[in-house]
Amino acid sequence: MAEPRYLRRFGAVERAQHLALFVSFLGLAATGLPLFFSDAVWARPMAQIVGGFAVTGILHRTFATLLIGVFVFHVARIFSRLLRGEGGMLWGPRSLVPQPRDIRDLWAHLRWFVWRGPKPAFGRYTYWEKFDYWAVFWGMVIIGGSGLMLWFPEFFALFLPGWVFNVALLVHGEEALLAVGFIVTIHFFNSHMRPHKFPMDLTMFTGVVREDEYARERPLDYAVLQSSGLEAHLAPPPDPGLVRRARLVGGVAIAVGVSLFVLIVVASLTR
Amino acid sequence: MVRADGRPVVVHAESFAASIHGSLGCIDCHVDLARVADFPHPERLAPVTCATCHDEPAAGLGRSAHGPTGGAGGPLQCASCHGPPHQIAPSSAFESPTSKLQVARTCGQCHGGVVAAGGRPGPAVAGLFADSIHAIALTRTTVAPTCTDCHRSHDILRKTDPASPAHARNIPATCGTCHADQRRLYGGSVHAAALGAGHPLAPQCVSCHTAHRMAPTAGSQWQLAAVEQCGTCHREALATYRDSFHGQVTALGFTPVAKCVDCHASHEIFPVADARSTVAPANRLATCQTCHPSATQNFLAFQPHANKNDRERLPALYYAARFMNTLLAGVFAFFGAHTLLWFVRERAESTGEGDPRG
Repeated sequence: MAEPRYLRRFGAVERAQHLALFVSFLGLAATGLPLFFSDAVWARPMAQIVGGFAVTGILHRTFATLLIGVFVFHVARIFSRLLRGEGGMLWGPRSLVPQPRDIRDLWAHLRWFVWRGPKPAFGRYTYWEKFDYWAVFWGMVIIGGSGLMLWFPEFFALFLPGWVFNVALLVHGEEALLAVGFIVTIHFFNSHMRPHKFPMDLTMFTGVVREDEYARERPLDYAVLQSSGLEAHLAPPPDPGLVRRARLVGGVAIAVGVSLFVLIVVASLTR
Repeated sequence: MVRADGRPVVVHAESFAASIHGSLGCIDCHVDLARVADFPHPERLAPVTCATCHDEPAAGLGRSAHGPTGGAGGPLQCASCHGPPHQIAPSSAFESPTSKLQVARTCGQCHGGVVAAGGRPGPAVAGLFADSIHAIALTRTTVAPTCTDCHRSHDILRKTDPASPAHARNIPATCGTCHADQRRLYGGSVHAAALGAGHPLAPQCVSCHTAHRMAPTAGSQWQLAAVEQCGTCHREALATYRDSFHGQVTALGFTPVAKCVDCHASHEIFPVADARSTVAPANRLATCQTCHPSATQNFLAFQPHANKNDRERLPALYYAARFMNTLLAGVFAFFGAHTLLWFVRERAESTGEGDPRG
């Protein structure tokens, strides 16, 4: 049997963004959850472990700055790519923008779940991946915006009424809870832990995916790549050292995320 | 020379001479001895009555909790506290068990939680006092109080006795003996008014500061306990405070954010409708500015005790909370089901199982 061939799916910049995104995200969650669940049994010890009041506050704001930096960079890069005339980003089979086809894919996928139809043929980005992506977008605006209000209340109160800060605190916490819960259950499962991917899909870490796997999972995009010249998208196999590092970093991230989720469950059940 | 049971009868002349009563003769106290002609005198003499000279302290002891009618703790004798009768030293002498530096130890013989065989324990407060800011201050200055400064010495009454200086109604005056300004500030407060009106739970000094343990108010442990103490009556206010950033931070054990007293003041607490209140509408911004120096008028529309279920007062928060609840429930319900179904189906595909319905 021939050596498997690999396709490039994510560039170094995308992978770096994902890395910075989940490091800052987990850091924000670890330093923010004790405050949100301040009445939980683990809250006080955990707040001490992550550095006490002053250090926790500094860490939370440092991770927030990193995450906002990633977000601003990401949006700026999209605009720059659009300005350079890159096509297909805003619509079409290779776009991340939700389209009518995604509704049909969701419906077909649900039917496949219950043995009522064939598995739908997905394109470059599936509907659940698009949901993940736009959920982060929405979360960035909501959590980031409310977080900045809580960070600089005196500035924002120059033009916002005080009750906005009541809403900001509530929304910041609830939306963060949604984000953490979603990432460590739904995203971890969809992208890493479901039977075909278990324990981890390393594509977002190594940037490459096996050709046969891609053709099976995303036949529509595989056809697009074939028609536009598959050779241009071929990549060398991932470096074994990179794979080891990716397993380690990804494994730690999953362990941290699952631990945070256990804390959330404990706090919710003992409230 | 010994008694019938073998104990010596010796009165140490030197230590007696050095005692406060050293200038007295034996018969000044042992009055029945004056009538004895044959020596050695009968072994049992009449009990000495200190009240002959010390009528006022004796009368006080008689009606005190330590007196014959005092109940569980009584009766004590003069010597119980003042020490062996022939060696009684004035309270001004450091070695005296009634000197200011020794009183806590003396009282602690019964009130220390550890009682000699046959003794009867009083409330175990000496150990609490030993760690208090008062006891620590006492090692530096005898201006600091010991047991007797608050409870008096001879006419010690139970705290339930309205005449006791430790009775709730009298505590502000008792503490105010030293803490005059705090007493003045508290005296005009809504809490003092409630205390005066006989409210059984109205807070006075020891409600927040405790009576014996008395921690330094600069310590975070005490400050955090004080928040909980306010909440024993102001339950709704504590619950909504705990939902705020201020309340979450203090719940984690950190104090550099607003606690009850930072906004409401500590001794001089007034109802919000009172113009003197730090949270009266006219004073509120200045109160916010003590921590947020550049706070603007817009701060006043912030609700530090926000209740997300109060639609009348904070409609935006009410609807935001409903929206977030719906969003969370919706997302987790949909994707929970989606994930579960997917897992079952994909595992079937992995293991090559067919449609369970055949």
